[in-house]
Amino acid sequence: MELPAEVKKKLTLPAEEHFYAGHTACQGCGASLGLRYVLKAYGNKTIFTIPACCSTIIAGPWPYSALNAPLFHTAFETTGAVISGIEAALKAKGYKVKGEDGIMVVGWAGDGGTADIGLQALSGFLERGHDGLYIMYDNEAYMNTGIQRSSSTPYGAWTTNTPGGKKHFVERRPKKKVIDIVIAHKPAYAATASVAYPEDFMRKLKKAKNIKGPSFIQLFAPCPTGWRAPTDKTIELARLAVQTAYFPLFEYENGKYKINMPSPNKEPKPLEDFIKLQGRFKYMTKEDIQVLQEWVLKEWEELKKKAEVFG
Amino acid sequence: MPKKVVSGNYAAAYAAKHARVEVVAAYPITPQTSIIEKIAEFIANGEVENLQYVSVESEHSAMAACIGASATGARTFTATSAQGLALMHEMLHWAAGARLPVVMVDVNRAMAPPWSVWDDQTDSLAQRDTGWLQFYAENNQEVYDGVLMAFKIGEHEKVNLPVMVIESAFILSHTYDVVDMPSQEEIDDFLPPRKPLYTLTDFENPFSVGALGTPADYYEFRYRIEKAMENARKIIKEVGKEFGERFGRDYSRMIELYRTEDAEIVFMGMGSLMGTVKEAIDVLRNEGYKVGAAKVRWFRPFPKEELYELAKNVEGIAVLDRNFSFGQEGILFNEAKGVLYNTDANPVMKNYIVGLGGRDLTVNDVRVIAKNMKEIIEKKELDREIEWYHLKR
Repeated sequence: MELPAEVKKKLTLPAEEHFYAGHTACQGCGASLGLRYVLKAYGNKTIFTIPACCSTIIAGPWPYSALNAPLFHTAFETTGAVISGIEAALKAKGYKVKGEDGIMVVGWAGDGGTADIGLQALSGFLERGHDGLYIMYDNEAYMNTGIQRSSSTPYGAWTTNTPGGKKHFVERRPKKKVIDIVIAHKPAYAATASVAYPEDFMRKLKKAKNIKGPSFIQLFAPCPTGWRAPTDKTIELARLAVQTAYFPLFEYENGKYKINMPSPNKEPKPLEDFIKLQGRFKYMTKEDIQVLQEWVLKEWEELKKKAEVFG
Repeated sequence: MPKKVVSGNYAAAYAAKHARVEVVAAYPITPQTSIIEKIAEFIANGEVENLQYVSVESEHSAMAACIGASATGARTFTATSAQGLALMHEMLHWAAGARLPVVMVDVNRAMAPPWSVWDDQTDSLAQRDTGWLQFYAENNQEVYDGVLMAFKIGEHEKVNLPVMVIESAFILSHTYDVVDMPSQEEIDDFLPPRKPLYTLTDFENPFSVGALGTPADYYEFRYRIEKAMENARKIIKEVGKEFGERFGRDYSRMIELYRTEDAEIVFMGMGSLMGTVKEAIDVLRNEGYKVGAAKVRWFRPFPKEELYELAKNVEGIAVLDRNFSFGQEGILFNEAKGVLYNTDANPVMKNYIVGLGGRDLTVNDVRVIAKNMKEIIEKKELDREIEWYHLKR
């Protein structure tokens, strides 16, 4: 549908859609929003690689595809390697990769396929310096498989294999900091983003397209189904994750850290604001929540220090 | 025609270069490493243009990068061995399922434990059901020729499947021999640039590869792979014949026969051990034995018709397997017996397990086996179906 000119004028995101209606995401899916923004940012001159994850299903079964762009579905652990091969082939065949009119090579993988099984291939992609972008959409568990923990699942969160029960067994490990592992590779560009801040995400996507070398974006994408949250709370949850500093927005470029919080001078909101909207944390006691709150603030202070020293 | 004295591995590297491969993604593993080292050397010396070499962090990623590159339209090559091939296993299915004609040289090496770096066919035969064509080379010349033919066959519009060219650890990989190499112009004429079935750069008609196949469609996808395998039989023979016409070495048969015209006993096997067998056949013929050799060049697709034609005219087949399928028998023996079951060809068949983990098979060993086969045929009684030849007890 063509939008009226006065509506178009007010839009802060491109009007054209390359992610079609009729995809098969759950209601309120954060990941599908993220995929839509990536397609808006890059248009269809983009080659996508998607491993086993929710997006395998969201894109649709053969012969359908919700993406108006070439898409290679691959094995769970191979995103980093497949996009390396695609980039190498484009270069061998003389295509222009990245830049304004170049082809964008995008790996789009969930947290399980990135933080766990795909970590080695991601490391290889970063270390070898390929001209591509790896996006980890983070919904903090293996959602497509039926909500099992990944190493990106936070402390205290219920999943089907870290249930809360009579003896109050909860996930006892903190969320793995994949972005820190990525930055240790000194990539061209790394950033966190959230589906609640699409303009910030789009700006970061544009940056990744115009920078030479490998880029990585960790996109926070709530999953109402897996988080046991109302389907109309996705954006609120994604926003609260940022506002509580549970998932702060920042960029890493040329050895420099830059925090991009919506209200930079405000203190983080209490973590409880984020937690209370979700069923996955309902087994947590006040003490458990305190443990998580302290972890969040400690990490936040650490990030602020990095931005101060390497800003 | 220029001749070079090269190892089997260098023969593979030269063939990849002469095939004008565009992407190589590989990981080092003994005894394969000198293939990719040589290719890296070609790049370092500026002997190849537009070749992207991706030095990946594992064999699994090597094959993943190869499928990405091949799906983008590039002529793609890699090489591995044993544990590396086993690590790639999952992605081998992906290459065949996405119909990508990646060519890979596997240097046959025994699987651990115990650790071994020597020759054994179990690594490649364990990949039997992945949808890859498999060519077993007897010598360095066949490694070179095999790689060139593999691209032409795999990339054929009626095939579009990946191809594995297999050579023996050390016996070929590190042994130098004379290899005839046609000129680059002659090869370019034989092997024009790849015309892919599809490429991911088709932005005007974007589509997805490897999407979820529901029960309504998955079955037909599998059937099409089998159709392509069946098509490959014809293409293999055509390309093998053309290769012979152009370069003087004929590969039109999937099973190479050696002195089988009047043979009563035939030795069947694959790869470098068949060189020894052919030599033994000459010795045995001088001693009055009516023996011949049948070298299975292509294991996938399996040369059923050629095997039947051979089997109906002989009294006994000694199948030499440098591999074993635990709980059953040698893999080639198993396949060959299966092919003949519903036919009127009924030779005595015995399975000799030989040379696992690089143990030598000598001309004299073949003589001992020939005597045993002759006895079996005369007595009309099979002493045992499977014999672990030279087993230390």
